[in-house]
Amino acid sequence: MNTKAANSGSGQTQSGRPARLSLADWMPKIVMAPTVLVTLVCIYGYMIWTAVLSFTGSRMLPSYNFVGFEQYERLFNNDRWMVALTNLGIFGGLFIFICLFLGVTLAIFLDQKIRAEGAIRTIYLYPMAISFIVTGTAWKWLLNPTNGLEKMMVDFGFVNFKFDWLINPDMVVYCLVIAAVWQASGFVMALFLAGLRGVDGDLIKAAHLDGASTFTTYRRIILPSLKPVFFSALVVLSHIAIKSFDLVAALTNGGPGYASDLPANFMYTYTFTRSQIGLGSASAMVMLGCVLAILVPYLYSELRGKRHE
Amino acid sequence: MSNNAIGRKTSGVDKALRVALYTVLLVAAAFYLIPFIVMLITSLKDVEEIRTGNLLSLPAALNFDSWAKAWSSACTGSSCGGISPYFMNSFQIVLPAVAISTLVGAINGYVISLWKFRGSDLFFAAMLVGCFIPFQVILLPMAQTLGWLGIANTASGLVFVHVVYGVAFTTLFFRNFYQSIPSELVKAARLDGAGFFTIFYRIILPVSTPIIVVTVIWQFTQIWNDFLFGVAFSGFDTQPVTVALNNLVNTSFGGKEYNVDMAAAIIAALPTLAVYVFAGKYFVRGLTAGAVKG
Repeated sequence: MNTKAANSGSGQTQSGRPARLSLADWMPKIVMAPTVLVTLVCIYGYMIWTAVLSFTGSRMLPSYNFVGFEQYERLFNNDRWMVALTNLGIFGGLFIFICLFLGVTLAIFLDQKIRAEGAIRTIYLYPMAISFIVTGTAWKWLLNPTNGLEKMMVDFGFVNFKFDWLINPDMVVYCLVIAAVWQASGFVMALFLAGLRGVDGDLIKAAHLDGASTFTTYRRIILPSLKPVFFSALVVLSHIAIKSFDLVAALTNGGPGYASDLPANFMYTYTFTRSQIGLGSASAMVMLGCVLAILVPYLYSELRGKRHE
Repeated sequence: MSNNAIGRKTSGVDKALRVALYTVLLVAAAFYLIPFIVMLITSLKDVEEIRTGNLLSLPAALNFDSWAKAWSSACTGSSCGGISPYFMNSFQIVLPAVAISTLVGAINGYVISLWKFRGSDLFFAAMLVGCFIPFQVILLPMAQTLGWLGIANTASGLVFVHVVYGVAFTTLFFRNFYQSIPSELVKAARLDGAGFFTIFYRIILPVSTPIIVVTVIWQFTQIWNDFLFGVAFSGFDTQPVTVALNNLVNTSFGGKEYNVDMAAAIIAALPTLAVYVFAGKYFVRGLTAGAVKG
C-alpha cells in the first residue's frame, strides 16, 4: 500500500504520466527477474523434474518410460536404503537430543558470570567454522582402533580398554553422532546463550524476590520463555541431520560395508556411481518429504505467530 | 543477574557449586579443543613416532615435512601434486561466488523490503523454502543443466551453482536488515528525483556495512566448506579443496600417512578458521540470523 502511494507520487512529480509507465517503477521487477526465474527453475522446476524421474525406469540416463510407484517399492525393499533410513533415525535422534542437552546446559553454565567467558565461547563454537570433511578426517584418526583412542588408553594403563566402533557395523553410526555433536553443539549453545541474554531481567529479579531458587527460576521461568529458540534449534539440527553427507563420506565412507550409510549417501551412490537414476530420484523425494514434514509445521506456526502479534 | 543470590553469600556449598561449574565448563572446552590439538601434534610427527606413540604423545622435534608433503606432493586420487592446486581452486570458486551472491542478495533484499510489488512477499516465502530443501532433490537436473550450458566440470559451473543456491540466504540476510529502514526515507528520496539505483548506492549501501560483513563471512564459510556440489559437479582439475582432502585421505598407496592427512586437513580448514578467529562476532551473527528467521 505504501508503495502504491509512493509510486503515484513520483509518477506525477517526475513526468506527470501514470506511474505504471515510468522506468523507476519497473526497475524493482526488472532486477528481481533473474532471481525469480532462477528460483522457479532451479528450485521448483528441478524438484518437479526429480519427482518425475522418480516415477520412471531411468537408469544411466534420464528416460521417460513411466513405471508408476515401482521405484518407491524397490526403494523400500532395498536393504541398503532401510539401513540408511534406520541410521538416519538413530543418528538424527541422538544427534539432536545430545546437541540440545549440551547446548542448553553449557549456555546456562556460561551465563553464570564466568571468568573468560569470551574465550570459552570461542572454543565451544570453532568446530562450526570448519568443514564436515575436516571433522570427519580428524575423528577418523582419533577413533581408529589401531593407533587412536584405544591405543592411548592402553598406554595410559587401561590394558583392557577396547574401542573399535569405527569398524564395528553395529556401533559405527554412533561414531557419526560423536563427530557431529562435536561440530554442532557449540552452535546450539550460542543460540541458547543469545536467548538467555534476551530474557527480561526484571522477571528474574521478581522471581528471586519471591524466594525462588536459581534452579526453580530456570525451570519455571527462563527455560519456558526460550521455546522459540528451542524450536529453531530443532529445525536447524534436523535439517543438518537429514542433509548429512560429507561427514559420512569423510569419516566412514558408508562402511564397514554399508553399515553407516545415510539417505544422502545412498542417493548419491545410486544416482551417480550405480547408474540407478530412477531409484536415486525416489530416495531424494523421500528426503524432501522428511524435510517438509518438519519445515511446514514450523513455518506455519511462525507465520501464524506473526499475524497474531 | 540470575545469580545475585550466589554472589551475596559465599557459603561453602556455593563455593563447591562454583568449582563444579568451572570443572564442567573446562571439561567441555577440552572436548572441543583436543581433536584439534591431536591433529596439530600428529601433523608434526613422523610416521615412526605415530606408530610407536599415542594420540597425545608429543613429537621429539617439530617436523614440518608432512606439511610440505600435504601442500605440494601428496597423492589425491589421480595426481600427486599435493592439495595446493585444489586450495587455489577453492579460492577461484569461492571469491566470485561470494561476491555475486552477496551483491544479488543485497539488491533483492532492497527490493523486497523497500520496493514491494504485488507478489514480492509471496515470492520471498517461496525463496525461503530454497534455504531448506535437501540438495539431493536438485543434483541430477542441475548436472544436466550444467552440461547443456557447457560449464559442467568447470569452476564457472560451480560458481553458478553456489550463486543459485546461495542467493536465498543472502536475500534473507539483507531483507531482514533492510526491514528496519523506514520506507519514508525512500519515498523522500524519490520525491527529490533519485532513481532506484541512486537510492541504493547513495542511501542504502552506506548503512549496509555490518550486514555485508555478516553475509560475506557466511557465504565464504558455506562455500569453502561445501563438499556435495564440489564432488558432484567438479572435474579432475577443478576440484575444491574439500574434495581433494577427502581423496587424499582415502588414497592409500603404500602405508597410511596420518601426519600428512592431518596437515592437509588443517590446511583445508585454515581459511575459515582464520575468518572465525578474526571476525567471530560476525560469524556468530550470521549463524543466528540463518537459524532464527523471520
